[in-house]
Amino acid sequence: MKRKSMEEYFFKILMVVSILIVLGGILSVIFTVVLKGVSALSLSMLIESPHGGYYLGGGGGILNAILGSLYLACGAIILSITLSLPVAMSLHQSTMKSRYVEYIRTSLDIACGIPTIIYGAVVFTIMVFIGARSSLFWGMITVAIFILPIMIRSIDEIMLQTPKKIKIAAFALGSTRTEMLSVVVKQSFPGIVTAILLAFGRGIGDAASILFTAGYSDSLPTSLFEPVATLPLAILFQISSPYPVVQQRAYASGLILLVIVLTASIASRVLSKKFMKYVVK
Amino acid sequence: MDPLKDDPYFDIRNFSLSINKSKILKNITVKIPQNRITVIIGPSGCGKSTLLNSMNRLIDLSEDLETSGSILLKGYDIFDPMVDITELRRKVGSISQTPNPLPMSIFDNVAYGLKIHGIQDKAITMSTVESCLNKVGLWEEVKMRLDAPASTLSIGQQQRLCIARALAVEPEALLCDEATSALDPISAHQIESELLLLKNNYTIVFVTHILRQAKRLADYVVFVYLGEIVEYGPADTFFTEPKDPRTKAYIEGTFG
Repeated sequence: MKRKSMEEYFFKILMVVSILIVLGGILSVIFTVVLKGVSALSLSMLIESPHGGYYLGGGGGILNAILGSLYLACGAIILSITLSLPVAMSLHQSTMKSRYVEYIRTSLDIACGIPTIIYGAVVFTIMVFIGARSSLFWGMITVAIFILPIMIRSIDEIMLQTPKKIKIAAFALGSTRTEMLSVVVKQSFPGIVTAILLAFGRGIGDAASILFTAGYSDSLPTSLFEPVATLPLAILFQISSPYPVVQQRAYASGLILLVIVLTASIASRVLSKKFMKYVVK
Repeated sequence: MDPLKDDPYFDIRNFSLSINKSKILKNITVKIPQNRITVIIGPSGCGKSTLLNSMNRLIDLSEDLETSGSILLKGYDIFDPMVDITELRRKVGSISQTPNPLPMSIFDNVAYGLKIHGIQDKAITMSTVESCLNKVGLWEEVKMRLDAPASTLSIGQQQRLCIARALAVEPEALLCDEATSALDPISAHQIESELLLLKNNYTIVFVTHILRQAKRLADYVVFVYLGEIVEYGPADTFFTEPKDPRTKAYIEGTFG
């Protein structure tokens, strides 16, 4: 009896400690960014592009990077939704032997784990080969490529959660495969929304993949084929500055990025709640 | 007139089926009469659900399936490669063991079948939904909340919704796989009495391992044991004068 209660106690403590570690990690990131960034945050930072000498402590803002990041992430998301949804659906209802489907899943899992800078380097090599220069377009392509496996696997995994009896119900009424899949998508819709917005978070926050492919520019993004500024790179350039004023602005930029990502994940929560209504448990 | 001889709905001839090389059904030969309730009984794992799922080819969803022999529906072999499987499943509806509502509203659940079979007219859809829900006695209970998710209904109501959904596509036959086993006794009774009403217009095949239920429902009984048909015939003689000793033992409850 005593051993059992000690065991119980031990695991309770272990649980509390791990929760504290995880929560502490997240909170300390948020606190650092807010504490160091909030003083440098100003309206002009949000609505102006950098003036000359901005990176030496001069005036201006990072609207170029905010817009650039939003364009880039949204474009990449649209690109990868159009590819990942059909791929996930065909994985789910494949006529191939299930062994091959498993191979594809495993390769996608490996692709999820490849560091994003490798994707950047690969796309950069292609760009050099065909003589393209860094631009919003190539940045979008790179980000789309590296969030593609993440998105496919999470949508696939969500669709796998669909109870088999729902598929049988659809088939039993005379559905074709495609009609059955649309029921599966309906059932998994809240999860698909979450998957998309999580991928958005990954895409907008990545610096390594777009370092060579999207480039950087101090002017507002106007064309797909011009280099574009992005928040992660704006943070990188500012934090590596020797001037404390500029370093502080890096934290402020981080805060802006954090707010965008948080907004996306809260939106995903709210949206999935909304679509939860008809889901069969 | 003997419905078994005149124009059976299903005419199953020497039908064998194996999944993953293991034989599940062996040489099944049986006739399922039209507009009657045929009850398939037998102990768990004897292949009665497999036999049922073969009749609208839901069994196709299993991998490594091999069949031989034939299942004729009004004279046409349903395993013929030319058969339109969606049309077959429209004609032969199925009710599963546990209710399986689609992730939609109550209305859309019933209307779904119409939609996939190309009926878009709103007035027709509306009246079909109402009449089908009426047939299963659900209309009065749900008419005020047709837009509510189907999963908010009670289990018994969900099962009746599934029957209404199957009826909406105007099937000729209904396959019920222990359709009441997940329900409370009152809901189960309700479904049984609805099936007894429906049998005038539909060919019903009902799988169960509950003998008393078989006695209440059956016009004809098929006894399946270890993948083979042991005995089949009209319900009155089947229960009172079983020919095979195994049937006798099963009815008396000495095994199964």
